Amino acid sequence: MKSSISRSARVSPAVLLWALSISFAPDFAQADSILAPAGPIAAGNRIILLDALVIMLAIVVPTMIATLAFAWWYRDSNTRAVYRPGFTYSGKLELLVWSIPTLVIFFLGGVIWIGSHKLDPFLPLPSKMKPLEIDVISFDWKWLFIYPDQRIASVNRLVIPVGRPLHFRITSASVFNAFFVPRLGSMIYAMNGMVTQLNLQADRPGTYLGLSTMFSGDGFPDMKFDSVAVSATQFARWTAGVKGAPLDLGAVSRLLRQSRGVVPYTYRGVDTALFDAIAARKLPPGEGPATGRSRPGGPNVMPRGGR
Amino acid sequence: MLGRLGWDAIPLDQPIPLIAGAVVMLILLGIVAWVIARGLAPYFWNEWITSVDHKHIGIMYVLLGLVMLFRGFIDAIMMRSQQALAFHAQGYLPPEHYDQIFSAHGTLMILFGAMPLVIGIMNFVVPLQLGARDVAFPTLNSVSFWLTATGALLVNISLVIGEFSRVGWLPYPPLSELRYSPGVGVDYYLWAVQISGIGTLLTGINFVTTILKIRAPGMTYLRMPMFCWTALASCLLIIAAFPVLTATLAMLTLDRYLGFHFFTNEAGGNAMMFVNLIWAWGHPEVYILVLPAFGVYSEVISTFSGKPLFGYRSMVMATLFICIVSFCVWLHHFFTMGAGGDVNAVFGIASGIIAVGTGVKMYNWLFTMYGGRIRFTTPMLWSLGFMTTFITGGLTGVLLAVPPVDFMVHNSLFLVAHFHHVIVGGVVFAVMAAMAYWWPKAFGFRLHEGWGRAAFWFALAGFYVTFVPMYVLGILGMTRRLQQYDVADWHPWVLVSGVGIVILIGGVICQVAQLAVSIAHRNELRDLTGDPWDGRTLEWATSSPPPVFNFAVLPQVKDAEYYWEVKRHAREAARLGREPDYEAIEMPRNSPTGFVCAFFATFVGFALIWHIWWLMILGLIGAYATFVVFAWRDVPEYIIPADEVAPIDRANREARQEALAGAATT
Repeated sequence: MKSSISRSARVSPAVLLWALSISFAPDFAQADSILAPAGPIAAGNRIILLDALVIMLAIVVPTMIATLAFAWWYRDSNTRAVYRPGFTYSGKLELLVWSIPTLVIFFLGGVIWIGSHKLDPFLPLPSKMKPLEIDVISFDWKWLFIYPDQRIASVNRLVIPVGRPLHFRITSASVFNAFFVPRLGSMIYAMNGMVTQLNLQADRPGTYLGLSTMFSGDGFPDMKFDSVAVSATQFARWTAGVKGAPLDLGAVSRLLRQSRGVVPYTYRGVDTALFDAIAARKLPPGEGPATGRSRPGGPNVMPRGGR
Repeated sequence: MLGRLGWDAIPLDQPIPLIAGAVVMLILLGIVAWVIARGLAPYFWNEWITSVDHKHIGIMYVLLGLVMLFRGFIDAIMMRSQQALAFHAQGYLPPEHYDQIFSAHGTLMILFGAMPLVIGIMNFVVPLQLGARDVAFPTLNSVSFWLTATGALLVNISLVIGEFSRVGWLPYPPLSELRYSPGVGVDYYLWAVQISGIGTLLTGINFVTTILKIRAPGMTYLRMPMFCWTALASCLLIIAAFPVLTATLAMLTLDRYLGFHFFTNEAGGNAMMFVNLIWAWGHPEVYILVLPAFGVYSEVISTFSGKPLFGYRSMVMATLFICIVSFCVWLHHFFTMGAGGDVNAVFGIASGIIAVGTGVKMYNWLFTMYGGRIRFTTPMLWSLGFMTTFITGGLTGVLLAVPPVDFMVHNSLFLVAHFHHVIVGGVVFAVMAAMAYWWPKAFGFRLHEGWGRAAFWFALAGFYVTFVPMYVLGILGMTRRLQQYDVADWHPWVLVSGVGIVILIGGVICQVAQLAVSIAHRNELRDLTGDPWDGRTLEWATSSPPPVFNFAVLPQVKDAEYYWEVKRHAREAARLGREPDYEAIEMPRNSPTGFVCAFFATFVGFALIWHIWWLMILGLIGAYATFVVFAWRDVPEYIIPADEVAPIDRANREARQEALAGAATT
């Protein structure tokens, strides 16, 4: 302990700055960073991000330098700078001024057009393997992942096989949420009465951060889950070994109640019609707060005589 | 009797809002007591509260905006400190409270901070720049201001009576529907925004009419200063966009109050429609804010470079281009809804195209500086800070407009960093520049330069230290609006961002100190000529502060920078032109209509929130009666005789003559 204190005391500001700047790079590579893709979609999105960034930096950096340079050179006290109060119009410069941003957007427009088509979340991934179907339902405040072909379901923990395309159908049983695993790729909204689709794939095993990116109420910080990518054999072993109660109407009505900090658990024996029933609003939506109280024992700010 | 209001609406167990509310009440009561004790009540009533003078209304708007900006900044401090503490912990704000704070922060900053500031600056500057005596509808202008104040008051009442919205600054259903938000918070939001929205719409109509109809003789459209063009574009956007907001919120209100199903989860409601509609207003809204900011920079950069604006016509075109295209990009706020490749690509490209207009402006400011003689005053520093900051903010904005990138950073802190980058770097910096630039015009003395510079450097540094870590956090996958988190990689960056807000606090202190020091030393900072910056536009042609009629004689504008030409001739001849023939001036009378209307509107809003129907009906009758009384008034406007006008103008001419003589001898 003592030695570490004396070491840190000797660190000069320059070294600190240097340490800070290199700590940048590994951070992006190790953490659940969007720049550390673990699948083809995240990798594709990253390439688009870097392309767009480079195209724009090519124009942004010179402009910033020119701004500072002009401001400095034409300072009032610089007697060597030529004062040109009449320089208020130049056809050539006007042409340049309009065409530089236009050209940049022209290039970028191509990137946008190709990117939004090739990386459309609804687009199936090219693969010889049949995609694994996963139905995702957001509740207040937990995620339910149904594996219809395996007839199992998991709460707040997503287990996926490496190397096989994943096809998600996503809906919400209550308010908006957004399904997002940063290292796997694109996010998409979970909306009541709607089904969105997402195609992803994990290329290497690991445990990745999953979360909702759409604010969904007081329990929003709990809308996170571990997304565990395992080998195909491990996945098969997991699906075979999943235990739990059956996911039926009774279980769903319990899920529809608001709850926080739900520890992951599983269901075995899933009524696969449930996803469509929720998406088609054949089941009632999430219940909402049990009382209007902003917190237990707090003032009742719900209009009296409300629900 | 009191509808749903009861003692349990007061959060007696929550010390933070109670103490804050008590302190604010004490300060307000103290101010009122001081005003009455010093016998200043008639002065405030006659010169400010009932004033229809666009300059006084503008100053009141700016004051309201600054107070709300400060209130929103305190929310920001609480959010940053909560997140700094909430790693593997609950922090000091439970979710119910934290959610109210970020909702209030967004609502206050955009609708009750930035909007009143921008509208206040337009109010003060536009008629002066146009060479007009007032706006087209002076009493309506006062109504606009007081209704905005009503909205701000309602938001602040929610601090101590009931609660504020907990669903974010835009109340996305179904979360904002009665089923998921049964409290009064969303209702506070709805009525505050609706009532102030009426005020904003009236402002839009008022200023479009003013700019189109009552310019000085000879002030053709292409002789208008750039700020007037941007104000015109902004007000056109207000007229086109605010009714969309009103209708959208009205539908949500019907859902909540009368059991309609526009956006509910039941009976075929569709929340996606709300998201579409709210952004059809929401995206133009950011240009409503930033276009007048661009106008401010155009004025400041041109004045302090000692040159006319480069590529004026190009600037006008770019402004109108942005004005139109801003209505074609709203879908980029929800690429992740899953609209498909074609739709996303079209809106992505449209969002890129809007950056062309901004890019053109950037280059025109650049070439305005080229060949100039740049004076680094406080307003110019803010403008340079803007130019270097906004360009990277625009870069991250265009990144977000690329759908595959947005799929990775939508709703993350990257997004939060981006819009603070452009709104702080664009709008707030412009407001600070505008305050320093036009303060001497409004009050007759300059602001202290040293404190102003200190505020600028603190704000710039604090801005970068606060928001650059947020870009990093967004890339690390951190989403916005988290009351608590347990990802270790995020924590250090959240702490750095917290350090940034401490630096920003330093900036706020310097800014407040600047005002205090300047007011204390106003006699040393006094400017008698009315033209302290060697300005180029008409507002500098009159005295500071301008008389109630603005110009003793309306200027006869003969070319683009008419005042500059007049000044040049005067300088060459070392004396002013011939004294004009003064004539009597007709000016609008003061009217308490706005204040009384807003007084009743406050009760209407409060009664609707708490379902106190009798009070709502009384309030509506009161507000309507006020309008009828005003419409039926049978008093002529008042006349200022020529021999009252003459001495005011002669005093200013004398000061200018002295300055000219002084310049000629040195």
